[in-house]
Amino acid sequence: MISFLGRVGRFAQEQIAGMGRMFSFFMSSIFLAFRPPAKIYLIIYHIKTIGVDSLSVVALSGFFTGMVMGFQGYYSLRKFNAESWLGSVTALGLLRELGPVLSAFMVTGRTGSAMAAELGTMRATEQLDALDSMAINPIKYLVSPRIIASLIAMPLLTAIFDVVGIFGSYLVGVTLLGVSSGSFFAGMENAIVFHDVYSGFIKSISFGLIITWICCYKGFHAPPMATGVSQATTESVVLSFVFILVWDYFLTSIML
Amino acid sequence: MIRVTNLYKSFRSQQVLKGVNLEFATGKITTIVGTSGCGKTVLLKHLNALFLPDSGEVSINGVDITQLRQDDLYEIRSKFGVLFQGAALLDSMTVFDNVAFPLREKTKTSESDVKKKVDERLEQVGLGAMGGKFPAELSGGMKKRAGLARALIMDPEIVLFDEPTTGLDPVLATSIHQLIARTHAAFGFTGVVVSHTIPQVFEISDYVAMLAGGVIEEISPPAVFSKSQNPVVQQFIHGRTEGPIHVL
Repeated sequence: MISFLGRVGRFAQEQIAGMGRMFSFFMSSIFLAFRPPAKIYLIIYHIKTIGVDSLSVVALSGFFTGMVMGFQGYYSLRKFNAESWLGSVTALGLLRELGPVLSAFMVTGRTGSAMAAELGTMRATEQLDALDSMAINPIKYLVSPRIIASLIAMPLLTAIFDVVGIFGSYLVGVTLLGVSSGSFFAGMENAIVFHDVYSGFIKSISFGLIITWICCYKGFHAPPMATGVSQATTESVVLSFVFILVWDYFLTSIML
Repeated sequence: MIRVTNLYKSFRSQQVLKGVNLEFATGKITTIVGTSGCGKTVLLKHLNALFLPDSGEVSINGVDITQLRQDDLYEIRSKFGVLFQGAALLDSMTVFDNVAFPLREKTKTSESDVKKKVDERLEQVGLGAMGGKFPAELSGGMKKRAGLARALIMDPEIVLFDEPTTGLDPVLATSIHQLIARTHAAFGFTGVVVSHTIPQVFEISDYVAMLAGGVIEEISPPAVFSKSQNPVVQQFIHGRTEGPIHVL
């Protein structure tokens, strides 16, 4: 019984210590991100890897999400003779919820996993130790520019997801199913207020922060072997998804 | 002067260093030898505080680096050059950029001076024409040479070599040893080499220290070391499976 309690205690202690390390890593990354000198060239490079390189997959997923919303929205709204609300329903759903969450999922899968794998490989091949031994802080050099880049790239990707999604919904609703183009856009114009755009914007920024933090942390602390890197990559994606959904719930409940 | 005092380090339940006491003479090359997995690299990584001890001291010119704040530690680390076991070149950069990296990041040297100095170091390690290649395009020996060029670019006072010849054929291993001896003669750094390439590594060493069972069994000049009557040293030098060193 005592040994069982001891094991439970040790497990709890390890979990709490792990959370502490994650939080400390997060605080260091943020602090170093705003400590001069700024690594502008690295920030620009990571805006490309997080933003530009994810553009096609985000646009494609946005387009099909919008089209599905067009079909499903039309099917549901027709039951209430409210097909003309299709534009507003689609836009509200995309701007407030699906745009930020799904584009964050896409970036996690496309870029977050690559971050974890890259940093994990750097750990395994002693490249992180090499930076440290050259008196170059690896968090400032590798993580902080990614944090700033994600803060810039994520809202832009989400905006593109929203616009392409609305276009997809328009194609299905107006072109295929015959909803009036005027009512599609008029409904949208009447229903959307600045707060809807703003809440999606806040969500996308915080999701960018979560993805970079978790994926970089997992890569940084990957066991230095091939299975360690693959494990870190998987954990970074799964944990990012969970954190995004949990954080989304909190933000939605606050900003509703 | 680097001084290690009563150094203890364990990883979970495995105690690796059990009270290491050692001094590294300034301007000389000291080689740490010992069986695989005995903790040589762990000891080496304590010398520039990449690992922090459970207890004990590592002092550089009288400053205990285990207690320093990060900024002060980085100040001390800029005195070091490190050649890692696998060279640890940044694989997203060319050889030239790898060697230039510390200069660009840590100093305000103009790009023309960076080019001049990097070209000079690459020439010294025999990689004059390889600056444009990526680490993945280099052989093991070339990577070590590039790693050595990077370790020397900031004119360090202390250079740590973590198994510089592991995985290389005897000819390449000798050429790396000669390179270490040549650069030591040119720059006069304090060198700490971790190796089990004996007796070849004796040729470049001023002192040889034997790590076994988590402590330093012996430290002496190579000529004295190879004639030591210490049974641990004798077993290691002659590669015997029977003796005080437990072989799995």
